[in-house]
Amino acid sequence: MIQTRYEVVRRREIAPKTVHLAVRAPEIARKYRPGQFVIVRTHEHGERVPLSLAGSDMEEGLIYLLVQAVGKTSGEIHDLAVGDAFLDVVGPLGRPTPIAEYGTCVLIGGGFGVGALQPIATALRDAGNRVIAILGARQRSLVLLEEETRALCDEVYVTTDDGSHGRKGIVTDVLREIIERAPVHFVMAVGPMLMMKAVSELTRPHRIRTLVSLNTIMVDGTGMCGSCRVVVGGQTRFACVHGPDFDGHLVDFEAIRQRNAMYLAEEREALERRRAEMEESCQVAALAGQTATARQSSTPKES
Amino acid sequence: MSAALSKKERLKISRNPMPEQEPEKRVCSFDEVPLGYSIETAILEAQRCLQCPVPTCIEGCPVRIDIPGFLALVEQGDFLGAAQKIKETNILPAICGRVCPQEEQCEAVCALTKKYTSVAIGRVERFVADYERASGASELPELPPKTGYRVAVVGSGPAGLTVAGEMIRKGHDVTVFEALHRPGGVLVYGIPRFRLPIEVIDHEIDYLKKLGVEFRCNVVIGRLYSIDDLLKEEGYHAVFIGTGAGHPRFLNIPGENLNGVYSANEFLTRVNLMGANKFPEFDTPIVRGERIAVIGAGDTAMDAARTARRLGTRQVTIYYRRTAAEAPCRVEEMHHATEEGIGFEWLTSPVRFLGNERGFLTGVEFQRMELGQPDESGRRRPVPVADSNYVVPAQVAIFALGFNVNPIIAETSPDIITTKEGIIKVDTKTGQTSKPGVFAGGDIITGGATVILAMGQGKIAARSIQEYLTNR
Ligand SMILES: Cc1cc2nc3c(=O)[nH]c(=O)nc-3n(C[C@H](O)[C@H](O)[C@H](O)COP(=O)(O)OP(=O)(O)OC[C@H]3O[C@@H](n4cnc5c(N)ncnc54)[C@H](O)[C@@H]3O)c2cc1C
Ligand SMILES: Cc1cc2nc3c(=O)[nH]c(=O)nc-3n(C[C@H](O)[C@H](O)[C@H](O)COP(=O)(O)OP(=O)(O)OC[C@H]3O[C@@H](n4cnc5c(N)ncnc54)[C@H](O)[C@@H]3O)c2cc1C
Ligand code: SF4
Ligand code: FES
Repeated sequence: MIQTRYEVVRRREIAPKTVHLAVRAPEIARKYRPGQFVIVRTHEHGERVPLSLAGSDMEEGLIYLLVQAVGKTSGEIHDLAVGDAFLDVVGPLGRPTPIAEYGTCVLIGGGFGVGALQPIATALRDAGNRVIAILGARQRSLVLLEEETRALCDEVYVTTDDGSHGRKGIVTDVLREIIERAPVHFVMAVGPMLMMKAVSELTRPHRIRTLVSLNTIMVDGTGMCGSCRVVVGGQTRFACVHGPDFDGHLVDFEAIRQRNAMYLAEEREALERRRAEMEESCQVAALAGQTATARQSSTPKES
Repeated sequence: MSAALSKKERLKISRNPMPEQEPEKRVCSFDEVPLGYSIETAILEAQRCLQCPVPTCIEGCPVRIDIPGFLALVEQGDFLGAAQKIKETNILPAICGRVCPQEEQCEAVCALTKKYTSVAIGRVERFVADYERASGASELPELPPKTGYRVAVVGSGPAGLTVAGEMIRKGHDVTVFEALHRPGGVLVYGIPRFRLPIEVIDHEIDYLKKLGVEFRCNVVIGRLYSIDDLLKEEGYHAVFIGTGAGHPRFLNIPGENLNGVYSANEFLTRVNLMGANKFPEFDTPIVRGERIAVIGAGDTAMDAARTARRLGTRQVTIYYRRTAAEAPCRVEEMHHATEEGIGFEWLTSPVRFLGNERGFLTGVEFQRMELGQPDESGRRRPVPVADSNYVVPAQVAIFALGFNVNPIIAETSPDIITTKEGIIKVDTKTGQTSKPGVFAGGDIITGGATVILAMGQGKIAARSIQEYLTNR
């Protein structure tokens, strides 16, 4: 077994500030199950950040990641070019999503959550379920992986807040109609905390089994630190080892929202520093008469 | 042997103090606090040893280092020889010399302890190991021809490193799988640099690498490969599980998930492994505060408190529900913490955490305790004092309440029998688990102990693995 260089092999900008990456990690590609995630680090001073596995190509030994640049580290990942590499990729982590023959399943994705839904949809279809997907976004340009999702699911609905694509409204509008029309046996929501909460509230009175994938702040991802702790059914659980999927009807979403804002001030500071550094390196590049391809100085080294 | 000094002369020498950085200076950096013996001091200290015909100190050492043997070599000035002598039984002397609770082990039963003060065995051990490292002379032992057997070691803490060292020297191929991006276990992510510098750990790991041990970081066994995968698909003939007990405990009291409430593991990992003390030069942040409350009084609590102090926190206080006499930490660590201006409040226990509207910690409500009847451990049980609640302001609170066992292996290998708490059951004489070919040692079989016990169990398991492989 040789240590892999976690190289970006393909890169696709699928929406503003959003990339779909194919990264060399053959063992993970072979072993992961839908619902699991990886933790990555881009350079020696970098943070460990969790990213959902959005599929894989076993033959080529690639894993897929869908990354939205929301801060310093995700910005650095977004800016990795083909041929660049992550310093560390550890995974698969977390318990896989329980796949069974449920009947009719509705998968709801928002933001980067649409990535995680791809392998889950495939597995549920393979297990004999009817799979319906609802993709929500603010506007047309932010609807992610629509075509790919259509290829995997029996039905796909799109909602946008401004009505620029699909239906005007939010994902729960569509979910409500689906539930009223015919029996739904399994619901899974991956995306922003507010969306997952709204979905859980909607399905609660119908007693439909509803899973949500909790994106808490993590460090190790192995159950060692407790950074990812969440309250589920009044009990403290660690999202990285007991999750990331939990029963949406039991999750204390408000507590997670607050915990996820723990480092807002520091995150802003880090982002501003990165902007300043990039501007500086752009100026240097311009002075040197180069084109504006100046990239972050922190190109990952191979370990 | 060194009959140069008479017993009387030896008894006249008093125990040599350890030179240390001044408290005011050291709280501003993560540099190591004890500076180490000089050559002269080490020899002088070694001369204190009476070379007892029946050395009790060896009985007190969990791995039975030939203590008078190595002290005699130090006395003669043969420091490299002394290092070799220690390494016959303990492959990590630079680490053990720093972190072992010698005052409860070898030094507790040294013949001099009762009437005089014990030989400073740990300090001389540390000197010898540091001397060897600085001399660059750590010779590679000659390895036997390859046996063709492959041993998988899961976890790179002291237990795993010990097994790796023993097995590579028997001619087997050894792969160490580590979940984190850096090997060393608690030595790296838990114990702070001012107690155990990173060079010391890296030196030991490099040594194992030079011997041919393969380290695979970023691999979580139970997730990427199961134990069965290792044995059936990946071609390993035996597996050692040394995954430790690093699953932090919380109290399940109101407010414990507020921002600023940490487990000691998270607080220490952010600093030790991720460099949060150097934010924003390093990307990992940590919540800072004027006042930090540490709950618990073990080594972990002392490490968290002393680390908090080094982040520039003015007021760090340790709160414990029993008294100083029952505190499980090493005496030396409590002493260091006191010197560094850390406060202690005994007989008190948190009942809830208070926060502001944004979910950040603002204070901790405590309740006074008093000691009642002794419990199973023989220590007097703390009982709450009625109407004694009080609130202290704090922006950060750190739980250092001990550990549960990590659930990943047990959950993914149901045929490895564990206790209800997840501790792997082994035959303590062999380290054998309920699964053939699978052995375990360290905190995963004890639920949180010490570096040297983990190493001792690693040794036992290594011997059994050797037997298992040769009898196949
Ligand atoms: C199980 C899981 C799966 C995830 N999957 C994806 C994914 O597929 N694609 C994707 O783009 N993002 C995913 N995330 C979120 C992603 O990890 C964060 O967006 C990223 O860490 C932000 O880092 P930053 O430095 O760029 O942003 P920051 O400026 O540091 O933070 C922006 C936001 O991200 C959150 N965050 C910050 N640090 C962490 C951290 N160490 N771990 C988790 N969240 C953090 C905070 O709540 C913060 O509000 C996932 C998170 C989890 C827990
Ligand atoms: C803060 C702190 C201070 C301490 N101070 C002292 C001291 O001064 N003296 C002393 O003697 N003892 C001390 N201890 C206790 C001592 O560190 C432990 O008893 C010892 O490290 C246990 O060793 P171990 O090999 O069993 O496991 P650990 O050191 O816990 O190492 C286990 C390793 O396994 C890895 N791992 C876990 N699960 C998996 C998996 N599924 N796959 C792959 N890898 C995995 C972990 O990431 C970790 O690196 C301290 C502990 C702490 C937390
Ligand atoms: S018991 Fe003390 S004096 Fe006796 S051999 Fe051991 S270290 Fe020396
Ligand atoms: S991320 Fe550390 S315990 Fe879950």
